[in-house]
Amino acid sequence: MPALLEVKNLRVEFPTRRGTLVALDDVSFDISPGEILGVVGESGAGKSLTGAAIIGLLDPPGRVAGGEIRFQGQRIDALPYEQMRRMRGKHIGAIFQDPLTSLNPLFTVGRQLVETIQAHLPLDAAKARQRAIDLLKETGIPAAEARIDQYPHQFSGGMRQRVVIALALAGNPQLIVADEPTTALDVSIQAQIISLLKRLCKEHGAAVMLVTHDMGVIAETCDRVAVMYAGRVAEIGPVNDVIHAPAHPYTAGLMGSIPAMDVDRERLLQIDGAMPRLNAIPRGCAFNPRCPKVFERCREQRPDLLAAGATRAACWLHDTSAPAVVGGTR
Amino acid sequence: MNVLVEVRDLVKTFDVSAPWLNRVIERKPRQRVHAVDGISFSIERGTTLALVGESGCGKSTVARLLVGLQAPTAGEVHFGHRNIALTLASQDAAALRRRMQMIFQDPFASLNPRWKVHQIVAEPLTEHGLVTDRAQLKAKVGELLQSVGLASVDMEKFPHQFSGGQRQRISIARALATEPEFLVCDEPTSALDVSVQAQVLNIMKDLQRSRGLTYLFISHNLAVVRHVSDQVGVMYLGRVVELAPKAEIFARPRHPYTRMLLDAIPDIAMSGRARTPVQGEVPNPLSPPSGCSFHPRCPHANERCRVERPALLSLNGIQVACHAVAEGRI
Repeated sequence: MPALLEVKNLRVEFPTRRGTLVALDDVSFDISPGEILGVVGESGAGKSLTGAAIIGLLDPPGRVAGGEIRFQGQRIDALPYEQMRRMRGKHIGAIFQDPLTSLNPLFTVGRQLVETIQAHLPLDAAKARQRAIDLLKETGIPAAEARIDQYPHQFSGGMRQRVVIALALAGNPQLIVADEPTTALDVSIQAQIISLLKRLCKEHGAAVMLVTHDMGVIAETCDRVAVMYAGRVAEIGPVNDVIHAPAHPYTAGLMGSIPAMDVDRERLLQIDGAMPRLNAIPRGCAFNPRCPKVFERCREQRPDLLAAGATRAACWLHDTSAPAVVGGTR
Repeated sequence: MNVLVEVRDLVKTFDVSAPWLNRVIERKPRQRVHAVDGISFSIERGTTLALVGESGCGKSTVARLLVGLQAPTAGEVHFGHRNIALTLASQDAAALRRRMQMIFQDPFASLNPRWKVHQIVAEPLTEHGLVTDRAQLKAKVGELLQSVGLASVDMEKFPHQFSGGQRQRISIARALATEPEFLVCDEPTSALDVSVQAQVLNIMKDLQRSRGLTYLFISHNLAVVRHVSDQVGVMYLGRVVELAPKAEIFARPRHPYTRMLLDAIPDIAMSGRARTPVQGEVPNPLSPPSGCSFHPRCPHANERCRVERPALLSLNGIQVACHAVAEGRI
């Protein structure tokens, strides 16, 4: 099956007065129709930026400086503004972190839904309103007929995020980019929203790119996961393999630092140090100063994604063509 | 046993009434929100009590009441067998404040951006007159920074030169300056990435062991709570609904709300354990439900739960406020 979305060697730059910052460097992945791809990483890893680049909403002065993004085979990274605008909503929906700021406080929920529906589908006002009510019902909002005429402030945080999901689904998109959709919500609401998102996307046949920092959410929801570090993909593969048999030392560290619910550990595994800033990304592998398994080559050459069991990891440990490395020298 | 902190029937209400003129013209009554509604617990020396709950359940208010940042409406807090409210009004206030310190959630807001780290960490020392000699002060600050894994040369830097995790360590160093016995930590790792959270949690555990510290740990993350705590209190709408030793609460949760919270945690191990779907949302604290405040979301609620508020009952070392548990229905 051809991929729905292909991202190839994507590079995003921010020109500043003190030189150009490379925020995303050589990011490649694809999403198949109906698939849920998780993108996980710590703050500043470039995961939200990847989402923003795909929906064409990079904040200036950020710009796509290289590579390409293809949607159903068609390049969308250099589309003119108006064409991209028609693309968004109809083909690619978006859900953002904060449900309060993604809704207009001055208009009723219904008006915002009807506007979005009519922008993308040829429906008259009555039919569009009916579809809006159906969407609200589908997202589990009780008394949808009455609540459609209420304003966003009359909804709670969880209910607002349901409205945002309804908005994202309004144009029947084939792909939804969800940027930390549950981070602003309480745990009990988070579980509801995640299962709702998963169910609705399956029913509508939409693929999802789920950006989050929460490994638990990824484990519950995704088919595949891409782990990002310092603007690059560190590891990508089926979610089960990445979680249970991580191939990249960063993924292993990330998994070990999450307090587990079923194992008692006196100390958590920790990765010393912090992610480098964009203006000080080290030579070679960006993770080398924090890596417990670092060796000489890591400080010199940057690894590309290499096959590592069921996943692919950007780590020289998995380079089978190179002579065997004896132990880790620090 | 050796109880360090004891809280008895603590109540805090906030006046959230409309302004006087509106009340007169629109005939609105005074309105009060019961942020903390009669809670009692005690913490033994050298142990950690964790309070968990969703936003708006009053856990942060409890933290502020305990260190005397806010005065309780009713009830008492005893610290080392002395009433905090009375002590803070007496001449011993400074001595008491020295013995308890607080760590706040946001390491970006809790450090003065215009002060060097040296000034920030030294302030409690000079304020309490513990160290007056400049050379000694410098040595002491260096020592404190080293105890949280920073270098003594870091004292010449400003907070913006540090990452979030490092800033939180500075907050911990500042809190430790007066050699307190009791630390109140209000969501100390919620603003941090997981790998950095692991570093901070490890430091907090090491310090507890080496200095015999007592912690009140406020969090909404049950996995973190499971890692750090000895006792766990679950709060819902200003009340403690279950208070039990850690092993007990995670192995055999009694209260339906505790069960729901545990069910809501994303399953990172992907063991495929059966989960009951979480339902409903936290009600508006301005108009809490009658009887047991959890009854609208509770699968086991009956007529009695809707009318009569359950008291916190002790059952072999575990305290639960639930009619269904008391009657043996669940």
